[in-house]
Amino acid sequence: MAMKLHRKKRLTAIIASVFAVSIVVGLVLYASNQKMNLFITPTEVQAGIAPLDRIFRIGGLVKDGSVKRSETSLRTDFIVTDGVADIKVTYDKIMPDLFREGQGVVAMGKMNDKGLFVASNILAKHDEEYKAPEVLDALERAGHPVKKTAQDSKGS
Amino acid sequence: MWTWFFQLASPKWVFQFIEKLLPWFRAITLVLFIAGLFLGLLYSSLDYQQGNTVRILYIHVPGAFLSMFAYVLMAITGAIGFIWRIKMAHIVSVSCAPIGAILTLLTLISGAVWGKPTWGTYWEWDARLTSYLILLFLYLGFMALHSAFDDRKSGDRASAVLAMVGLVNIPIIHFSVEWWNTLHQGATISKLEKPSMDADMLAALLTMIAAYQFYFLTVLMQRIQGEILVREKLTGWVRKLVIASK
Repeated sequence: MAMKLHRKKRLTAIIASVFAVSIVVGLVLYASNQKMNLFITPTEVQAGIAPLDRIFRIGGLVKDGSVKRSETSLRTDFIVTDGVADIKVTYDKIMPDLFREGQGVVAMGKMNDKGLFVASNILAKHDEEYKAPEVLDALERAGHPVKKTAQDSKGS
Repeated sequence: MWTWFFQLASPKWVFQFIEKLLPWFRAITLVLFIAGLFLGLLYSSLDYQQGNTVRILYIHVPGAFLSMFAYVLMAITGAIGFIWRIKMAHIVSVSCAPIGAILTLLTLISGAVWGKPTWGTYWEWDARLTSYLILLFLYLGFMALHSAFDDRKSGDRASAVLAMVGLVNIPIIHFSVEWWNTLHQGATISKLEKPSMDADMLAALLTMIAAYQFYFLTVLMQRIQGEILVREKLTGWVRKLVIASK
């Protein structure tokens, strides 16, 4: 099917402009790549990417077994890890509900001179997994206690 | 086969065809919403981390999906109208915009309500949230630009160009969670991999997506009818229709 010339011209103009805008946007995004990131990882902090004199955000997982809550104040100490590097973090306000060991976290704050990250704000990240809690737990909550073996009670 | 294709470009034929389809689409939308809301809000299981809060998902995710679907449809029909000067294509394109804008707003609001209890904030300027906010501005810009012209044809063409150029934002929204570090988590459902959610939750989500899809199509068809009546108000068949309805 042959296209009439003026239609072909319009088609070319449209494709060319969409293509041009895509390239412009792509280059802008590429150039501001680091700025587009909400946080930097512990590995990047150790590599010296972090602006140590300014407030910045780090993100990673809360290391298992690292959370220490103060008994006299709201202060919580924990370690943020990306599997390669660790960073010690301290925070003295109320934690979001989803903050727990093994879960993602984004902390905003500043490095002090002892290498401790003093957070002024903590956000919990959650992953893309959605699943029901253990069936046993659910049954128990509904008032049907089930005899647990040692293995069951460990959970997954 | 070609007669069907050419009929699609005739506003009168489309108006009457929609008239036949509408009752079915309204019924399917209603059934799907009842089923989806029952599955999502009552039947599906709680999340192991979020508990009941996870149920916002069944409002939020279909809204996000459909608002982007509506944008792509708006841009493609705009392009068809721009290149081949087909009136019906512009009518569809213009009718998409307000529905898409409302769905975008719904997704932003439900996302904020969801973000506060889970992340600890209503809003964060991460790449996903920001690029999605731009989608709302693209919709609003499209509608403003279209209504800024006295001549409807010029408005159609100008806003079609805006829609097509703004199409670049759609892959940015989708891939933002992979390209950059964001607070928003990655995709749960992808075509290639097994979805990372329990089967009963997935059933509820898919039902809600279908419900939103049919809702979108139903409202779209009604808007198309309205747009046809406005644009064809001087033709004989519209006059007859108006007189008959009085």
